[in-house]
Amino acid sequence: MSAATKNLALKNSILVLVVVILTVLPLVIQSGAEFGGADGQAKQVITETNPNYQPWFQSVWEPPSGEIESLLFALQAALGSGFVGYYLGYVRGRKKQQEQDD
Amino acid sequence: MFGKRYTIVITGYLLALFLIFPQSAYAMHIMEGFLPISWAGFWMALILPFLFFGIRSIQSSLQSNPSLKMLLGLAGAFAFVLSALKIPSVTGSCSHPTGVGLGAILFGPTAMTVLGSIVLIFQAVLLAHGGLTTLGANTFSMAVIGPFVSYGIYKALQKLGAPLWLCVFLAAALGDLATYVTTAFQLALAFPAQNGGFLASFAKFMGVFAVTQIPLAISEGLLTVVVFNVLAAYNKHELQELSVLSGEVRA
Repeated sequence: MSAATKNLALKNSILVLVVVILTVLPLVIQSGAEFGGADGQAKQVITETNPNYQPWFQSVWEPPSGEIESLLFALQAALGSGFVGYYLGYVRGRKKQQEQDD
Repeated sequence: MFGKRYTIVITGYLLALFLIFPQSAYAMHIMEGFLPISWAGFWMALILPFLFFGIRSIQSSLQSNPSLKMLLGLAGAFAFVLSALKIPSVTGSCSHPTGVGLGAILFGPTAMTVLGSIVLIFQAVLLAHGGLTTLGANTFSMAVIGPFVSYGIYKALQKLGAPLWLCVFLAAALGDLATYVTTAFQLALAFPAQNGGFLASFAKFMGVFAVTQIPLAISEGLLTVVVFNVLAAYNKHELQELSVLSGEVRA
């Protein structure tokens, strides 16, 4: 590894580590919390301010269970990160090839 | 690993957050059917010109340089991953980043209106997350305001001569935050409080939607810097061509 590549890997590893800390920290300091993502609670705020509001449209399709929903979210993340990884590997290889050609 | 003073400062900051916002908060896009029909139509109409210019802007970027197609794919894929990750926050609830800052810096804000709306349609149809009737409002916050804020901050800081990582970090983080401030604004407009009207309602929705987002916005900023570091190292030529980095374009 060249010095520049090493430097880049080190910098990025530190940044990712900070992201991990930022993600785990709430789980530690708020260990009793629900960490719900259900939109039901957001709806509560609306019904508090406007008790008469009735939603006028339902989702066209809902995942039949939490498992199916997490499958689809995982699929979304996998497709995205698959392409990100492919692209970053591609430009890295291309740069190396160019350097060899020069 | 933190000094004692830092620990005290951080603990104090978090305690203050919990005291001000004790209710558990859930921050996401606006749910299906949860905007009155007039507002749903208003936001939908408002995003149409941005979509139009976005498609034109993507076409002209790709026409002048077809090899940018892959980089555009990266911008879309990055938004796709980040908006799938529901991340816990200090308010004891979860939200997700948007991932549109990277593409806004690379291809300009309206290009991300197009890519962001595709992500939102996917989530509305397959995941019952967000919604088709609230698509206009959610597109406006995540794929119009977010990218425009990111792009503006990036260009302004670059002009001021700030280091690249800082430009990218603040652009992505503040664009993410601006998205959820806009969501709070949209809900407050549609649901003003009976006592206190718009402002009281806005403060309430800000607590729900924006505060949760602060640590996530920092995470999004950092992850955008990670990807940008790799691009700057291996893809300088294309970044210069998009005038993301200054410097002469080699033929």
